[in-house]
Amino acid sequence: MAEAHSPLAQFEIKPLGGPIHIGGLDVSFTNSALWMVIAVAAITAFMLLGTRKQAIVPGRWQSLCEGMYDFVSNMLKDNVGNEGRQFFPFVFSLFMFVLFCNVLGLLPGAFTVTSHIIVTAAMAVFVFVMVTIVGIIRHGLHFFTYFMPQGAPMWLMPLMIPIEIISYFIRPMSLSVRLFANMVAGHVMLAVIGSFAFALGVWAGWLPVGVVTMLFGLELLIACLQAYVFTILTCIYLHDAIHLH
Amino acid sequence: MDVEAARYIGAGLAVIALGGAGAGLGVLFGNYLNAAVRNPAAAEKWFGRMMMTFALVEATGLFAFVVAMIILFV
Repeated sequence: MAEAHSPLAQFEIKPLGGPIHIGGLDVSFTNSALWMVIAVAAITAFMLLGTRKQAIVPGRWQSLCEGMYDFVSNMLKDNVGNEGRQFFPFVFSLFMFVLFCNVLGLLPGAFTVTSHIIVTAAMAVFVFVMVTIVGIIRHGLHFFTYFMPQGAPMWLMPLMIPIEIISYFIRPMSLSVRLFANMVAGHVMLAVIGSFAFALGVWAGWLPVGVVTMLFGLELLIACLQAYVFTILTCIYLHDAIHLH
Repeated sequence: MDVEAARYIGAGLAVIALGGAGAGLGVLFGNYLNAAVRNPAAAEKWFGRMMMTFALVEATGLFAFVVAMIILFV
């Protein structure tokens, strides 16, 4: 069913410039890898060029960079507290990467890196493992009291502890599927609505332009919002690991 | 029953869950507007929290969409 005109065709991974195999592994440079490189290059250029002058009264570009910094910094301070400062580089990179991948994916003909669950799952599992290690280093074996909800009566523990453990281990899944599903659903919806407009032909095809533009605006909102949600959930998990409830 | 027919029925059943997401969004925006109309001065402060909850609620509906897509195309 996945033909060239299927709404899912846009998520196809194609090797650029021929497949490369090293030791039985397919390490071809794909369109996904290309757009990741573009995203990283765009972030680097945006931040480096924006903060090049370091004026005391910032220009437009510099205040945009400072705004991004303030935004993530405040999010970390509000959700994790002062101990969160040391995680700022990680959280800021995560936010910028997800944001740029989402937004660059909206360009016509672009490939959305975050629409593949392998990418989002890799990030989510990294966050999960890091948060667990931080919790264990900080609290030692005391960390495992995290799975015992405070204030619950003792006879409920056989029920509560498995629930807490399951909800802890489901985190990387919900974190990755949320981002991936939002991106896939948004792009499929745009492709389907766009194909309706295409089916109307040359004379009537311009009629739904307003609706499609509004849907595109919604997708832009979702792209930014999902980057924010991914980051704030990372912050909340960090808070749980550092403060244990 | 034909497998292909069962597939379409299954995909249709899977998106029933979107009703829950719709109800959730209604509760969310309704309550936000209710609070914002009562106390407009505080509305701005909670807008960000509301948008975050919007994304969380919407994501649950999208899980159903993903299940339907997996049934249809995988």
